[in-house]
Amino acid sequence: MPQEIIEVPITGKIISVEVKPGDEVKEGDTICILESMKMENPILAPVDGTITEVGVTAEQVVKPGETIAIIEYQ
Amino acid sequence: MFGLFETGFAGFTWGNGVMLAIGAVFLYLGIAKKMEPLLLVPIGFGVILVNLPFGGLMECIVQGKVVEAYAIGGEPAGLLSRLFRYGLVWEFVPCFIFLGLGAMTDFGPLIANPKTLILGAGAQFGVYAAFFIALLLGFNINEACSIGIIGGADGPTTIFLTNRLAPHLIGATAVAAYTYMAMVPIIQPPVIKALTTKKERAIYMKPQLRPVLKLEKVLFPVIGAITIILLVPKSAPLIGMFMAGNLLRESGVTDRLANTAATAFIDILTILLGLCVGAFMSAGVFLKPASLMVFGLGVAAFAASTFFGVILAKFMNLFLKEKINPMIGAAGVSAVPMAARVVQRMGQEANPRNFLLMHAMGPNVAGVIGTATAAGIFLGMLG
Repeated sequence: MPQEIIEVPITGKIISVEVKPGDEVKEGDTICILESMKMENPILAPVDGTITEVGVTAEQVVKPGETIAIIEYQ
Repeated sequence: MFGLFETGFAGFTWGNGVMLAIGAVFLYLGIAKKMEPLLLVPIGFGVILVNLPFGGLMECIVQGKVVEAYAIGGEPAGLLSRLFRYGLVWEFVPCFIFLGLGAMTDFGPLIANPKTLILGAGAQFGVYAAFFIALLLGFNINEACSIGIIGGADGPTTIFLTNRLAPHLIGATAVAAYTYMAMVPIIQPPVIKALTTKKERAIYMKPQLRPVLKLEKVLFPVIGAITIILLVPKSAPLIGMFMAGNLLRESGVTDRLANTAATAFIDILTILLGLCVGAFMSAGVFLKPASLMVFGLGVAAFAASTFFGVILAKFMNLFLKEKINPMIGAAGVSAVPMAARVVQRMGQEANPRNFLLMHAMGPNVAGVIGTATAAGIFLGMLG
């Protein structure tokens, strides 16, 4: 099954994680909230699918390219 | 005997009532809606304070007589009129706010992608468009400059220029600039949507920009200040302080100064500025046709700046191999970081893969430089 890897776009801190492995998500659903440049930025699901892996936790400082989550889709 | 005639009620007018309502709206927007509370709360409370008769906060002495409203040629005698004279009219507050802004600004996105500087400059066409509209509506050239600069979405620059060219409009232009900055998320989206298709708004840009060297960040404020001030000397108070603040941030050896400039220093100045701007809005000064027209033209200036920013980005796309999302042009109005935040949100709406924040921050900070430079050009012509 094809996979979509969601990566951290810019350096920041994860404020909250809204999904867990096994969750069904739709395109545009919030995966997590990333605080960067004093702004809270939602990271959205790019496709409909199922979360197979979550690579971040709340309060974690993250860098560009790190995996936030992996979504399997049809 | 202490009676009704000694209280503020004796001097209360319908105009004071209107202004109290306006002050209350500012407080509501700031506190309940969280729209730029750092600006709207002190401004709103300043409006309320100065519209309570006989308080004397903005009184001045003119030819030996005490007048309650601020008088440009008079001697300030009230708490806030003194602050207004020696803080705003003497230009300490707006220029040192720029120092704080410089200490808060990361020029990295602009250095990594220098073509966004063009977008920051492009949005300044809105300033000139509003300037010409104001001229057509009968304002004189000094007033038109002060109204046009509102389109740059930069409060301190607006205050700085209006104080020099049309000081009688300072309350109206400052309040228009700050109010519309707070309303960027309402004003910009319809203009952006009218100028772009969903396909254009969905254009994907890789979120990561190239890493910027420390040397580049240190050299930028030094070379930037020298270049801009040599080209537009009258921009020196704003650009000079902006770049000084940024050098404190980037030098790596003045962290204490940079931290102070970016926190307590700018916070103190923002409190003083907000109260003073609000206090200039007494009913007698603000409720005049000219002030209300300035307020109306401010929206046109903002919309025009957004318009030109987006159009320029679309024009650039005609020549670029790797297309840019044209919405980032809208961030060329300085309003940092509100305009970049609007672009980020709309970019994600159109395409959840998009993360345009860093791309929008480039034109956003370039817009600050652009507006201060536009003010310097106006001053060079007329000041």
